Amino acid sequence: MPPTPPARFKVNGTPVQYGGDPRRSLLDFLRDELSLYGTKKGCDHGQCGACTVIVDGRRINSCLTLAVMQDGCQITTVEGLGSDDDLSPLQRAFIAHDGFQCGYCTPGQICSASAMIAELAEGWPSHVSDDLLSVLPTDEELRERMSGNLCRCGAYSNIIAAIRDVMPVAG
Amino acid sequence: MFGTYDVPDQRNLLDQTRQGIIGKPLDRPEAALKVTGTATYAAEYRPENCAEGVLVTATIAQGRVLHLHRDEVLSMPGVLGIFADKRMLRRPAQGTAGQAPVQDVREVEYYGQPVALVVAESFEQASHAAKALRIDYAPEGDVPFDAGKAEYESGQKPVILGDLDEAMASAAHSVDLTYTTEGHASAAMEPHASIAAWQGDVLTLWGSFQMISHNVKELADSLRISPRNVRIISPYVGGGFGSKLGISHDAIAAAIAARELGRPVRVVLTRQQVFDTIMRRSETRQRLRLAADASGRLTGLGHEAWVSNLPGEKFAEPVTQATEFLYGGENRKLAVNVARISRLTSGSVRAPGEAVGMQVLEAAMDELAEKAGLDPIELRKRNLPASQPGKDRPYSSRMLVEALDQGARAFGWDARKPRPCMRREGEWWLGMGVASAARVNMLRPASARVRLEADGSLLVQSDQTDIGTGSYAILGQIAGEMLGVPITRVRVELGDSSLPSGAGSGGSFGASSTGSAVFRACEAIRDRLAHRLGIPVEALELRDGIASGQGRSRPVTELLQGEALEQVGRIKPGKTQMDYAQASYGAFFCEVAVNAFTGETRMRRMLGAFGFGRVLNAKTARSQCLGGMVWGIGAALTEEQSFDLRDGRLLNHDLAQYHVPCHADVPALEVILLEERDAPASPLQAKGVGELAICGAAGAVANAIYNACGVRMRSFPMTPDRLIAQLPDPIARAAD
Repeated sequence: MPPTPPARFKVNGTPVQYGGDPRRSLLDFLRDELSLYGTKKGCDHGQCGACTVIVDGRRINSCLTLAVMQDGCQITTVEGLGSDDDLSPLQRAFIAHDGFQCGYCTPGQICSASAMIAELAEGWPSHVSDDLLSVLPTDEELRERMSGNLCRCGAYSNIIAAIRDVMPVAG
Repeated sequence: MFGTYDVPDQRNLLDQTRQGIIGKPLDRPEAALKVTGTATYAAEYRPENCAEGVLVTATIAQGRVLHLHRDEVLSMPGVLGIFADKRMLRRPAQGTAGQAPVQDVREVEYYGQPVALVVAESFEQASHAAKALRIDYAPEGDVPFDAGKAEYESGQKPVILGDLDEAMASAAHSVDLTYTTEGHASAAMEPHASIAAWQGDVLTLWGSFQMISHNVKELADSLRISPRNVRIISPYVGGGFGSKLGISHDAIAAAIAARELGRPVRVVLTRQQVFDTIMRRSETRQRLRLAADASGRLTGLGHEAWVSNLPGEKFAEPVTQATEFLYGGENRKLAVNVARISRLTSGSVRAPGEAVGMQVLEAAMDELAEKAGLDPIELRKRNLPASQPGKDRPYSSRMLVEALDQGARAFGWDARKPRPCMRREGEWWLGMGVASAARVNMLRPASARVRLEADGSLLVQSDQTDIGTGSYAILGQIAGEMLGVPITRVRVELGDSSLPSGAGSGGSFGASSTGSAVFRACEAIRDRLAHRLGIPVEALELRDGIASGQGRSRPVTELLQGEALEQVGRIKPGKTQMDYAQASYGAFFCEVAVNAFTGETRMRRMLGAFGFGRVLNAKTARSQCLGGMVWGIGAALTEEQSFDLRDGRLLNHDLAQYHVPCHADVPALEVILLEERDAPASPLQAKGVGELAICGAAGAVANAIYNACGVRMRSFPMTPDRLIAQLPDPIARAAD
């Protein structure tokens, strides 16, 4: 295999570099080389959202991008949002509302919701927005924007309630 | 000593204890681990020098593997070995099998079956090599791919009472309807995964399982080793829904490769492999015959089902399971027939039987209600027998009337229009539907260890799993309540085969069975504490670490005198299981909008009211109900497996094509938990709740679709393409 120039990027604020097998997804890099197992592999095809991380402020499926492509990026995983003794408000809301059962989709839901709240604040419209210039954070709007994150346990109602809890403006 | 449950425990002890935590909506103790991503699932352990295995699956449907072109692949970078062992699994194990399922991957029985494992240093190398491995096959075999071309055999002993044909002929009102439901996948979010590591003859397997004590036996039997030499560790399970009841291909393949290579091996199924090789819920064809007299009382009830499975599999989707006890009708015929076909194995998918049986029964009841001119709730209430038809045994407890009444009130059922096409909002027809919920209740053998530490804290241990169900929460609450220990001082350890055998997570029996084992262990400890305090146990009150009664009071730590008290509690089903018809009950109400032009159905509102005995934790129980209702929405509107009839392959084998409900499909759901105590069910007076909220839900949706637009859908899921041809004229009818 030809040598690959290492990509240098930050994960949860810590500088890392990767110059190994170019086939390695960001997801597998995070899990198996950094032991950041909070980012879950549910389908490896961008269909379930369990591997959602935040790259330069935008949520992406980390199974659909390669580790070598992250040069210069700032990556935040669920471990970067809060820890056991310092939970983020969204993580606390997920606990209070029981926004999960098995917990496997949960880190992806939380990363996705964190970035989604920022997208809403920036006024990005969606498929269900009535007015493209003034987007209201209705429950329908939240559900639409979270639909890339599947939850087979069916905790959707509780997840929306948890997100609603930390939203700056009530819908 | 293996305490059989023969006499209903009417003491309701958990209503007299004083800690005040039983039933409370406490947060899950493992919640912080789950929201921070630090709960460790099967694929996430890091034994040193672990190699990566990727399964190779068959590209023929039936035949023999003649030759693996090993050399071409063994020379690829990082490749360590290729395994196609006769011990490797062709089929996964059915729930509670406790022994090896069908083995030997040198033969192929269905398209997509695993035939080999490729192991390499890295996942990328193993994936590449697995794709590159050329295999020569000898196609042979004549098992049909289409149930329509297969022979059927009886799948279970039919129930035949009286003369159904005569009841139908003489009925004042009757329906004779045929329905179909398509196959379902469990589609747990965590793919099946195993890491195997050997130390001498002892195998440690980190896996994702529902029933550990059975899984140990299945693994040991498959490997031809003693169960004593197998340890399974599975503290967090990313969903099961039946798919992890038995061991599957990954576990055996990892164990064989790890032994051979002398280093740990990890095997994770790809999402497509999970779909292709793990249990499916069979598609069904169901004939419903309901005969009623002029008052709407059922005189006849026929429920016959045709399902499918691989040759030799004992499991046949028990479609009529709830029909046996739910409604009256003295003349009956209930039967399940199974076709032998070549598709992946059929087995338990959440609520086997009722999930598809109840939705169809409840849709048929709606049609009968209309013929009889009765409100569908009234029809159901008129048909609740005093004892189980044909078995003449009483119901342990049945909250169906309460569920229907309270649900109707909370939902606003009185606003439902009596006829279809009476509510229109823009291009949407609106309608409401109702259905009953019912699911059999089971107690299973279970044991658990409770240790009251010298410092007054508590440790609860069992190999019981928590697959998202809330086992960690409720087992701690039972023990803390019984022994008067604040929940912050209770620790629960689960999912390790070195701990006492719980019931496992399946059939909704985990909480009541393993919970009863914890309860009994606590009872024994209470006896000892009462003795040390010098009072009868009936007078003992335990709260916040203080033991009191009959005017005496001492800290529990003093009674312990620096030593822990430890007890293993056990329970086993007994006479109460035979003497009573036991089930959980409920009712669904929903409002749908059906697009008058496209046939698209959107859920507007959904409410479920459920009675399942004592609620052990109102938060986790409610979540179980929410999850079931979401599955009901999926079964109603989106979920269907599509098979290629030429070779039996599953066509939609991923989450982009098999549509589990997503956020946008699910409105805010409402759940009512009914107060109930069911003493014949368990000493906790609790029943199962994990599956109840699916059982009938899709029927409520079907009935709401009819109420909205006048279309009786008799094939599930009720997708736009199935609806559109039957829709009324969207413009003419809107003007009515």
